[in-house]
Amino acid sequence: MALHVLRPGLLTTVQDLGRPGLQHIGVGPGGAMDQASHRLANALVGNPGDAATLEMALVGPELRFGSDALVALHGAPFSARLDGVPMPWARPVLVAAGARLQVGNATGGCYGYLAVAGGIDVPVVLQGRGTCLPGGFGGVAGAPLAAGSVVPLAADVADCSRARFARLTASRAAVDIGPASRSVRWFVPSFTLPGDGLPVIRALPGLHVPLLGDAVRAAFLGATWRVTPESNRMGLRLAGPALPVRPATEVVTEATWRGTVQVPPGGQPIALLADHQATGGYPKIAEVIAADTALLAQLPPGAGLRVVTVDLASADAALEEREGQVGRLVRRLAWEFGHERPPCTAST
Amino acid sequence: MPAASDDLCIQPFGDSGVIAGLDTVDQARANRRCLAVAEALRRQAPAWLIDIVPGIASVAVRFVATTVNEAATRREACRALLAEAFDRLDAGAALPSPREVEIPVCHAPDLAPDLDEVARATGLSPDAVIAAHLASPHRVLMLGFSPGTPYLGGLDPRLALPRRASPRTRVEAGSVGIANGQCVIYPRATPGGWHLIGRTPLRLFDAGRAPPAVLQAGDRVRFVAIGADRFRQLACDP
Repeated sequence: MALHVLRPGLLTTVQDLGRPGLQHIGVGPGGAMDQASHRLANALVGNPGDAATLEMALVGPELRFGSDALVALHGAPFSARLDGVPMPWARPVLVAAGARLQVGNATGGCYGYLAVAGGIDVPVVLQGRGTCLPGGFGGVAGAPLAAGSVVPLAADVADCSRARFARLTASRAAVDIGPASRSVRWFVPSFTLPGDGLPVIRALPGLHVPLLGDAVRAAFLGATWRVTPESNRMGLRLAGPALPVRPATEVVTEATWRGTVQVPPGGQPIALLADHQATGGYPKIAEVIAADTALLAQLPPGAGLRVVTVDLASADAALEEREGQVGRLVRRLAWEFGHERPPCTAST
Repeated sequence: MPAASDDLCIQPFGDSGVIAGLDTVDQARANRRCLAVAEALRRQAPAWLIDIVPGIASVAVRFVATTVNEAATRREACRALLAEAFDRLDAGAALPSPREVEIPVCHAPDLAPDLDEVARATGLSPDAVIAAHLASPHRVLMLGFSPGTPYLGGLDPRLALPRRASPRTRVEAGSVGIANGQCVIYPRATPGGWHLIGRTPLRLFDAGRAPPAVLQAGDRVRFVAIGADRFRQLACDP
């Protein structure tokens, strides 16, 4: 059982929740750029959050389904057609074998996720199924999908998809999507997409603010930054006023995290994301809070942004709020599929 | 005797991490102590402590938390774990004795494109550059940059050069480079700015192997010169 890639899109990779715990051997965290959307895409088809999905960036792929499959698109919305009719976003869709899914351009944000019931069934390599581009392993052949790639699905995807869709529509009507595919009348919102107005990214002060000095800090926080086209899964390269960094301001090489904002000698910051280098020697001016790294990842080239500093208490509160939002929806969807407990159980 | 933790600074590193850094002139000693601390933490780490990352002179840890209480409690626990480990493993404590790993390296002209330039810049002959590199007491300070990339300290000070003025867009896998008083081996073909003085046929990193990285932080590394024939042989059958 498989998805057949007719056209790969700009950068379509298999992703999951990454490979934490390996930075000491040089392997960054990897995984979905927007983990909240990846988890919700999985929840929409009845998968656990760590099942592998296809992540697509800015321009999506064209795929043919080798079997019936329950699928869902989430994260950044893309224009998408299933056998020529519009494919709904953020809803479970039971797709018929042989159907052709044409995903076009992102209409907001940057990264979208295609989840399939049972998950993308590539082998586990080094504790994960996701594509590690810096190491050239995981996913399909350790690389982005190419025309002709075959993306393996679970052996029982057809049976499991029909059974799961039957659960969803046991007490509520299904909706026809074109001649052969069906969906539901409800959808699940996104929490990680840029809204109207200039996005504001919250960050803690970086380790090297004292070294960089107040002038650099003030210039960094005062500027509107633009995401450049050189940005990728490693990080966002930001363009704006050159920060007045003194020449030869280097630091002793140490760990970096997802969300670390480094200032190289040119004074144009780099905000590190999923495939970041495990360590770095540029001074760190800020650490984007965990609750905002998905929004940061979703900013497409050309987007503007500002950075504001917050304290640890606000960062922790923001993370609890985000985890609460996503967790409640994940539990609610699990209940719709007949797993676990009903949604009225208080979260702890 | 002054407390060994005088130069230790522990602080939050983002909202999900804590870093302990040593500020000292003796970087080699600081590095050994950090590696010992990282190793000790790895043996006693609770499940929520998901990353323990030694740097040249630091140890950074990362935790998972989903609520305000969890985050505050675990951040404080990280701080305490680091403080306790650095306290216990002070500069005088016995450190684990390093493994010694042999890395074959070939200096054939097409595999060592910067050898002549390094010779000119250092005033040594190409053979003397090779000899100085082979005789240096290399030790893996840390793995970083990309999967399995070792940063080696101990390079003969006569070979200390800044990075190349313009980085190469492609450095072949196995390339042995020197810059900034250190030596590095590129596990995969990537762009790179270090001076390339040889190449190893070994696959330094293989995700399907256990352990995936040939070298680990703390290892002593002995480079052994090999000829082009031996290089080709090992490259086919590592």
